[in-house]
Amino acid sequence: MPDVQTLVNDFVLKLKRRKIEGSQASAKQTAELLRSVVSQQRLPYINQATVLLDAVRAVGEQLIAANPVELAVGNIVRRILHIIREEDLTSTASAMEGLSLSANSDDDDNYEREDHQALSAAAVAAAARSTLRAPSLQTLLEGIPESASAPHPSSSGGDSEGKSKSAERSSRSKKLKHDVIEAINELIQDIETCHEQISEQAVGLIHQNEVILTLGRSRTVKEFLCAANEKKRSFRVFIAEGAPRYLGHVLAKELVAKGLQTTVITDSAVFAMISRVNMVIVGAHAIMANGGVIAPVGINMVALAAQRHAVPFVVVAGSHKLCPLYPHNPEVLLNDFKSPSDLLDFGEFSDCMDFSTSGGSPRLHVVNPAFDFIPSKLVSLFITDTGGHSPSYIYRLIADYYSADDFVVRRRSTTS
Amino acid sequence: MAQKKTHRTSSDDPEELTRTVLQAVLLADSFAQKFRPITLERPKVLLPLVNAPMIEYTLAWLESVGVEEVFVFCCAHSQQVKSYLENSQWTKQPGAFSVTTIESHDAISAGDALRVIYTHGIIRGDFILISGDTVSNMSLAKALSEHKDRRKKDPLAIMTMVIKHSKPSALTHQTRLGNDEIIMAIDPGTKELLYYEDKVDLSQHLISLDKMLLADKSALSLHNDKQDCYIDICSPEVLSLFTDNFDYQHLRRHFVKGLLIDDIMGYKIFTHEIQSSYAARVDNFRSYDTISKDILQRWTYPFVPDVQYLGNGLQIKLDREGIYKAPEVVQSRSAHIDSFTVLGNATTVGDNAVISNSVIGQGCTIGHNVTIEGSYIWDNVKIEDGCKLSHALVCDGVHLRAGVVLEPGVILSFKVEVGQQIVVPAYSKVSLLPQPSKQDSDEELEYADANTGIIESPSIATMMNAQKVDFPTSDADRSGTSEFYVSGAGYIWSSCEGGNEDEWRHSIAPIPADKLSESLLNAFADVDAPDQDTSCIPASGELLPDSASTVGDGEDYRDSADFEKEVEATFQRALAGVDLENVILEINSLRLSYHMSHADCAGALFHSIMKAALVPSYSSKNDLYANAVKEIIKWSDLLKHYLKTLDEEIEVILKFEEISVETAREFSPLFSNILSCLYDKEILSEEAILSWAQEKEGADESDKIFTKQSEQFIKWLREASEEEDGDND
Repeated sequence: MPDVQTLVNDFVLKLKRRKIEGSQASAKQTAELLRSVVSQQRLPYINQATVLLDAVRAVGEQLIAANPVELAVGNIVRRILHIIREEDLTSTASAMEGLSLSANSDDDDNYEREDHQALSAAAVAAAARSTLRAPSLQTLLEGIPESASAPHPSSSGGDSEGKSKSAERSSRSKKLKHDVIEAINELIQDIETCHEQISEQAVGLIHQNEVILTLGRSRTVKEFLCAANEKKRSFRVFIAEGAPRYLGHVLAKELVAKGLQTTVITDSAVFAMISRVNMVIVGAHAIMANGGVIAPVGINMVALAAQRHAVPFVVVAGSHKLCPLYPHNPEVLLNDFKSPSDLLDFGEFSDCMDFSTSGGSPRLHVVNPAFDFIPSKLVSLFITDTGGHSPSYIYRLIADYYSADDFVVRRRSTTS
Repeated sequence: MAQKKTHRTSSDDPEELTRTVLQAVLLADSFAQKFRPITLERPKVLLPLVNAPMIEYTLAWLESVGVEEVFVFCCAHSQQVKSYLENSQWTKQPGAFSVTTIESHDAISAGDALRVIYTHGIIRGDFILISGDTVSNMSLAKALSEHKDRRKKDPLAIMTMVIKHSKPSALTHQTRLGNDEIIMAIDPGTKELLYYEDKVDLSQHLISLDKMLLADKSALSLHNDKQDCYIDICSPEVLSLFTDNFDYQHLRRHFVKGLLIDDIMGYKIFTHEIQSSYAARVDNFRSYDTISKDILQRWTYPFVPDVQYLGNGLQIKLDREGIYKAPEVVQSRSAHIDSFTVLGNATTVGDNAVISNSVIGQGCTIGHNVTIEGSYIWDNVKIEDGCKLSHALVCDGVHLRAGVVLEPGVILSFKVEVGQQIVVPAYSKVSLLPQPSKQDSDEELEYADANTGIIESPSIATMMNAQKVDFPTSDADRSGTSEFYVSGAGYIWSSCEGGNEDEWRHSIAPIPADKLSESLLNAFADVDAPDQDTSCIPASGELLPDSASTVGDGEDYRDSADFEKEVEATFQRALAGVDLENVILEINSLRLSYHMSHADCAGALFHSIMKAALVPSYSSKNDLYANAVKEIIKWSDLLKHYLKTLDEEIEVILKFEEISVETAREFSPLFSNILSCLYDKEILSEEAILSWAQEKEGADESDKIFTKQSEQFIKWLREASEEEDGDND
């Protein structure tokens, strides 16, 4: 049976070695890992929420430190901390109201929970089973809400009804955990389906015979464009190739395969072409709290060109990319510098880097940043899985998703 | 046999192939002593390269390319390597990556190591052979599948060598890694390696290829711009080949060349060129410097300090201009940190310190007004105020007192202490351990020395104590290297076998300007030469030894005067004490390269001898005559070597005549005397002298001076021969 700690170590190593590609995968795997952390955490009778928070925070700190460039990991850790706080709040609230099932809550999240309370016995059994079973990612994946919420025809329901106070006590401790796990499952599902959620809005934004410009390759953008195409919108796409990784070429291939009219241009031709463009749609690496965007290198230039020609600049991103930190926050690592071999062929330039003949200091420097920062004033609209938002509204979204207490996950190191 | 098993699987579908465990053999020993004196105390693979032991880079790469089983072969300092690995992330880590150590103390070469591994019988299929000081981020998948495909078609293709495009410097003929230029011949179609030479004699612009290569192959491309990455994908046969040929020691010099020459077995070696990724091996101090800088320039991404691949767990931050800072650096506001610098954890930097292009380890203390440029400073080094370091390597625990200056290329080994105001001269190596007296120039045997080095280590303590007694007496006024021992601790090593002239090639310091301009001159001289050179390639394809170097200005290249000069230079060396045989060898090769006959050689040689006779002072003709006779006697053996036929002897006489005309004052009065002396010493036969006289009879008066002068001698000779003839009748 794999211990949680080994799972955590494994994941930390993967993050450290940059073996997980993309924000979505990182976010999903982080959520899954934290779900197993929550499910394996032994809870005392009192202060359950604090114990859970500490456990998640301890793991989260390691994860964030492992790859500070991937902000999605930190976002998910904070989301889950927020979930625990919320669940704790509602459970104490409901405990105060007694066991009445008619608790009316104004929160959307509580809607489902009422069902669970009604089925509390079955839910307790399900939660108990999920803790007893080997908490591998596989089995945890099976425990997605649909299957878990379906009442199981086991005898446990009757048993627990018959049990007395001890069962009630355990059910209370299980309940918080169970609710948290349910909420995390929802979160995972949200991450999984964010592309579809975003793509649904495509038809509303892309109109007939428009020209769309994008740079590089973003999966979200691809799905967005394909969704519009499937709805029989006919439009053209300009793709700036996105040097030095040239992922725009890959995107062009994919779009052509889907039957879209595609034009590939060089990055440097963006300004020349922007006057013919109706809308710029790009993906993002992260959306910061002030509405600024961290996006693949070159996009700032596109944003400036779009502003000059008053072309709407739309950023599509799943809500897991929404980061509660500000770009000036010292914890935020804004950029990642990749290998110069993307730009130059090492062999051809090896004579420029012969330090023995050039006085010992490298005269040729190659800088290959991965990201650009786009200030919020250049962004016209954000499309997330929850709908379209203007940059000035981002702070409000963040207040929904995150609790202000969790912005700094690294609490221990600051106090000590 | 395990071998057979893999063979069978390789003939199956590719899915079967992927299921075999990929193994790697990592040699945690370089079997060389280029990093001495440091390697006397710590194995090379554990030396920090940008604050992480070299072996970390190699293991991290192996892990990233999907190797599942690594056998680390340790020899010298095996305990240190083992205990390091036991405490590292690699052995603790669960999952598919396992690291096993194999220990042997008898191995003195890579060949021995592979033979030991063969006896263990642990290699089941294709494996990667790598040395523990290799830094790479290449992807192996393509090379590996190419190798396996070739193996399927041709079981004799037993090895794939990874190479990389990299131009050698036109000036110094060395790669940026400080190795010599490598010449490879590669079949452009199949990428088969046909020829490999890593010790090319560049002064001659000559390499010799077996003409059979051209007979077999339709095309062949010769490269000098390829760098050997020392990453090999080998089949299990490689191990058994090493076992069969017990004299294979060096991987390249013996094994690769041996296979290329060997026609009987027909084993083939192929190359795989990597395009955008990085691979290089730390072979000497120069490559240590170069690779460190490449890492800081991020060519090795993701194996760079700020990505936590290498397991020190510290979150290093990359600032602008390539400045890497560990979390707990204490830095004075007035300190100036320049581009491409690493500051290790818990290091403090004092006021007005200037640090550029350097790597500073953990826990170092750098005082005020210190200047550090292009240097490598390892952990826990204490540098007091006002020191100046440029292009130096400073190991763990070194203590530099105030005002010390390290000139370029200095190596300070572990815990060396340097007293106040001392200037450590360029390229000096200082260690607490005394230099082993037994200097064995044979690289293969060097690790035997390293073991004796360990045995010697107990004596450090006593030695250090002896020196430390004197510490308080150190004062700033008495400076100089002699003081080194009084106020500091450490032995200055004399430069090892390469000699001091070669020190600059492999040092951390950039090549000094004067050396550069020198090689620049040579390079320009060489520019004219090549076309003549190519025409000069003798049919036999013999290589010129390097001592006959200094190519002239290239214009009168083949002129006999030039040849004479060369011979004279060679002869001068002979006077300086070079072996007679070597001189003959050199003159022979000169003769071949200049297309001269034996007669020319003899003439030129005689010329040199006579010149040598003029060198010592002489007061009278008799003195000069005595000198000449002495020289002639001394070198008669050498001369006789070239005087095989009559023509050559005549040539010598003609030459002598020429000399006498040139140096009318000195030799012309002595002509006949010396001629008779040559006859007496049996250098010239009477036939030669007579036919020379005969030849001259028809000449005009001015040419006859010397025949007239020696008329008497010739007459006597004639009579003698006639007498002889008469006797015979």
